[in-house]
Amino acid sequence: MPLQSLRGALRLLLIGFVFTAGIWVQASGTLDELLFYLPDVQFLAIEHLWLTAVSGGLAILVAIPLGIILSRPSMARAAESAMQVLNVGTTIPTLAVLALSMSFLGIGTVPAVFGLFVATLLPITRNTYAGLKGVSAALREAAAGIGMSPLQRLIKVELPNALYVIFAGMRTALTINVGTVPLAFLIGAGGLGELIFTGIDLYDPVMMLAGAIPTALLAIMVDALIATTAFVAVPRGVNPSRA
Amino acid sequence: MIRLDNLTKVFDTPKGAVVAADHINMEVPSGEICILLGPSGCGKTTTLKMINRIIRPTSGKVFINGEDTTGLNTQELRRSIGYVIQQIGLFPNMTIEENIAVVPKLLGWDKARYKARVRELMHMIALEPDAFLKRYPSELSGGQQQRIGVARALAADPPVMLMDEPFGAIDPINRAVIQDEFLKMQQDLRKTIMFVSHDIDEAIKMGDRIAIFRAGKLEQYSSPDDLLADPKDEFIESFLGEDRALKRLNLVKVHDLVSQEVGTVTPDDDLGMALSRMDDFGYHSAIVMVNERHQPVGVIRRSLARTTKGYCRDHFEPLPTVTHLDDDLRKVASLMFAHDMTWLPCVDEGGRLCGHITQRDITHHLGARYRVQQADAITEV
Ligand SMILES: Nc1ncnc2c1ncn2[C@@H]1O[C@H](COP(=O)(O)OP(=O)(O)O)[C@@H](O)[C@H]1O
Ligand SMILES: [Mg+2]
Repeated sequence: MPLQSLRGALRLLLIGFVFTAGIWVQASGTLDELLFYLPDVQFLAIEHLWLTAVSGGLAILVAIPLGIILSRPSMARAAESAMQVLNVGTTIPTLAVLALSMSFLGIGTVPAVFGLFVATLLPITRNTYAGLKGVSAALREAAAGIGMSPLQRLIKVELPNALYVIFAGMRTALTINVGTVPLAFLIGAGGLGELIFTGIDLYDPVMMLAGAIPTALLAIMVDALIATTAFVAVPRGVNPSRA
Repeated sequence: MIRLDNLTKVFDTPKGAVVAADHINMEVPSGEICILLGPSGCGKTTTLKMINRIIRPTSGKVFINGEDTTGLNTQELRRSIGYVIQQIGLFPNMTIEENIAVVPKLLGWDKARYKARVRELMHMIALEPDAFLKRYPSELSGGQQQRIGVARALAADPPVMLMDEPFGAIDPINRAVIQDEFLKMQQDLRKTIMFVSHDIDEAIKMGDRIAIFRAGKLEQYSSPDDLLADPKDEFIESFLGEDRALKRLNLVKVHDLVSQEVGTVTPDDDLGMALSRMDDFGYHSAIVMVNERHQPVGVIRRSLARTTKGYCRDHFEPLPTVTHLDDDLRKVASLMFAHDMTWLPCVDEGGRLCGHITQRDITHHLGARYRVQQADAITEV
């Protein structure tokens, strides 16, 4: 009960804040200035999403099979070293990954997509692996003892039971991906980073906001999209959000 | 029929080789339940799991219905064997219906057939299909989940079932209920079952045969009564417990030793008649009075009949309790002690008197085996 009323109060506060901010933006004429960038924002947002879609999509396509392969019992030894490499990889800042990518692949969209791909790959692989490893031994034994082939076990038992964790990995990875795309501008790809960094360079806060606000909105949108997909796609029996 | 031929498993561990099952030879006849019993770590689970190759035998063979399973495809072999484990292992991502239908689907049954089969099984395990089929395992109690686990194993009607401590994780009250239900089902199904347990009482209750394991070796393999009456060595004796003679009482039902011929009186008989009947039948303490439907309604005491005149209807004492034909002797003995009786009348399903059972009958029955053994021993000498 106290927690609920606290939450209610916070929500009111937030609404009040957004409202006040809105009035300020309107009164100071910032809104008009922001709207000036609308055509740019539209064009760049599509470019932004495209970068996310390509790099994130490729990452999912590679990371899930990779996580599955590493989780197979025959890979147990190799998997441990591989996960260590991945864990170290995760600690490298994305900017550094992009810089490395640029030094090998040059400037433009390709190195940007590659850098984003690497940064997104790691969390998804890790969650796929952990999710599959987390399926209980009893469940795997029941599936085997009943006469399922290894592939049937994977598809009918292991993946459905790991799916929630795998989706959690995709959610984190893709949300971060959207938030990281602006850095790609630094190595010559497009996206909303163009407004943000140009705005910073020109000491033009409105221009910067015209890039930053849509970026934040896109991140929230992608997050909600994946959460909804997970809600629908993960079977009810193993879906904590549908208990 | 399941036959194990020199079945052996040696685990290679960092601490050296562990012989978990050492040249096990045994045969479970068709339609019987064989309990693998023994202390923890003696190799019961290993032996069981070599039958469906969850554990690969180091050497030896498994025959099912006379066929050597060594050459069979592992998946096909497993689909023809029902498998129930202690952790139940229902698939949380599937509904109850999907869980039960797993093996039929693997075997390629069409939808109508497996749906009908699922309903049939739900009735068998006494769970209402419409209330449960669309639920998920996490929405069921432990006992309900294990019933579903059993149904899943039975789904494709395999001739052979393997069960590893299937009721071990269920609370004692529900466990007894589930055991009874399972035995009742088995009366119709007549599966050939290997069943691991570490609970001697469960073994006596469920088993047609009991195999006692110790440190990877099969020590004794016999019927529960033979095992309790004649344990092979001290290890088995101590494993069975000091009260093993009393445990044999569980195995015998009233109808196995009730005396059919029974003297009675009716309310209209006089006490002199009661006394002479007691003499005729050799009853030392009392005689049962029955009504016109032959249901016991009271007892006439000998001491009273000797000293009093009149009709039985005016002088009977109420009957403290009766036994039923399918009660086991443990319950009968317990009733006798509770009511301080040396005998109890026995009634059929209609409540009609059909015999009586005495403390002497019970001790005599338990003693019969020992007397035979002694006689054998003497003739051998
Ligand atoms: N996978 C394994 N690796 C090594 N040793 C094992 C393995 N499984 C069982 N054992 C050993 O084999 C012996 C028998 O185990 P098990 O068959 O599980 O016993 P039980 O079911 O009678 O309790 C034990 O000493 C156990 O430690
Ligand atoms: Mg065991």
